[in-house]
Amino acid sequence: MSKNEINTNINIKDLNLWYGEKHALKDISLDIPEKSVTALIGPSGCGKSTFLRCLNRMNDLVKSCRIGGEVLVDDENIYDKDVDVVDLRKKVGMVFQKPNPFPMSIYDNIAYGPKIHGCSKSETKKRVHKALEDAALMGEVQDRLGDPAFSLSGGQQQRLCIARTLAVKPEILLFDEPCSALDPISTSKIEDLILELKKDYTIVIVTHNMQQAARISDHTAFFLHGEIIEFGRTKHIFEDPQVKSTEDYITGRFG
Amino acid sequence: MMHRKKKEKAIESTLLMVSGVTVVALFLLCFFLFREGYLLFGDYSIISFLTETSWYPSSSPAKFGLLPLLTGSLIVTAGAIILSVPLGIASAIYISELADPKVAQLIKPFVEILAGIPSVVYGFFGLIVVVPLLQDLLDLPTGQTALAGSIMLGMMALPTIISVSEDAINSVPTALKEGSLALGSTKWQTIYRVVLPAALSGISAAVMLGIGRAIGETMTVMMVTGNTAIIPGIPEGLFDPVRTMTATIALEMGEVPQGSEHFHALFAVGAVLFLITFIINLIADSVKKKYRLQEGV
Repeated sequence: MSKNEINTNINIKDLNLWYGEKHALKDISLDIPEKSVTALIGPSGCGKSTFLRCLNRMNDLVKSCRIGGEVLVDDENIYDKDVDVVDLRKKVGMVFQKPNPFPMSIYDNIAYGPKIHGCSKSETKKRVHKALEDAALMGEVQDRLGDPAFSLSGGQQQRLCIARTLAVKPEILLFDEPCSALDPISTSKIEDLILELKKDYTIVIVTHNMQQAARISDHTAFFLHGEIIEFGRTKHIFEDPQVKSTEDYITGRFG
Repeated sequence: MMHRKKKEKAIESTLLMVSGVTVVALFLLCFFLFREGYLLFGDYSIISFLTETSWYPSSSPAKFGLLPLLTGSLIVTAGAIILSVPLGIASAIYISELADPKVAQLIKPFVEILAGIPSVVYGFFGLIVVVPLLQDLLDLPTGQTALAGSIMLGMMALPTIISVSEDAINSVPTALKEGSLALGSTKWQTIYRVVLPAALSGISAAVMLGIGRAIGETMTVMMVTGNTAIIPGIPEGLFDPVRTMTATIALEMGEVPQGSEHFHALFAVGAVLFLITFIINLIADSVKKKYRLQEGV
């Protein structure tokens, strides 16, 4: 897809990544459209989660990790030496596979981000309420914001983690298999939420669930052995894949 | 078939008996400690034991006041905790969160060796190095003070505090740290606001175990604290010689006739010491349990 058709705010150019000797991502180039959902699919170990973690530099935590190429977020290469990782992660939020609320109250979980970024008390409070509304959690927790976050159900905890991310006011949201630990009802709530959020955020989601990718994403990238095999509109990828291995994966012949 | 079952049964009952020995040993120990201690209170009133401010076992009438020994133990232990807790927690944070894994692997064996040194060696080091140093630095009449005991006990409690805290910090799930970092917090903010609170009960257990280790230590304190049974002032008593409960028992037990009043008084002191360490261990255990529960969520 060319850049003048759709605006993109994440542009990846010739990204390569090694874990020690292992070449985990090979020459990835991808332009991710803004204010829409891009799904990353592929079998386990194909590099899609690794790729997602390149977008907010979570791979920095892995000692043996080396990266080549460029990842541009709003036309700035996030791997430039003078980039502040703190600023980057404020802009690019991430929701993880398993809900990971902090061992503190519901309110404090969401206030955590605004607080560390120096927001005043009233600003923090405003952001917490807005984030709870936006994450469709307010109705369920408004009477018990002081309760420990662990008292929530798994699905609620995951929406709490989404609210926590929203409170930092990111532009981009990364989801790393956000529903893999949830039941179908909680899953559909998160999916509805993602569809709602894409109006305001650029969303990239890794999923193992083919139906989920088909339901919520606008574009899909198929990963295999650390390479992008095919990328395009979700409809095209699912209905008319151009590459044999994409078709095999989508139809369940391997994976 | 029958044969195998019998064999299983035999193994099971043997192991039960072996572990039973521990329980029986503990009960016997408690029983004799408390009985021998209790016998003091035939002639000597328990009120005097608890409130009398001096320990003069050979005056007549003899005075067996617990207070100077108890306060001696407490001031030495408190000093040890003040010195070793911040140092121990800081080291644990460094080893588990900040140090390069190679450096951490290098430091850890040293901590373990520190734990394995016999207490008499610590006492020797304290007597030869720390005591004269304190005397010179602080211009004291003698360096054999509560402070010297605190420094040595702090050093001895360090390995316990470091390794138990490090365990607690290590068992904070990576997912929590990642969650915090992904929100744009720095490494230090993550440690301070997420990792430490999550590890808090484990760290408290570490501190309690450190206290337990310090308050029960005998040889080292006996060698460096001067052993004068006077109720120390707080905090200036840190710079005076003191006598702890443990040192008193160790120093005097060899010289008392068995069954004498003095003999029973020493057992009573031992019983108090036992109660204190028992309670501390109980607290350490319950905070540890609480923290396992939290982790299980």
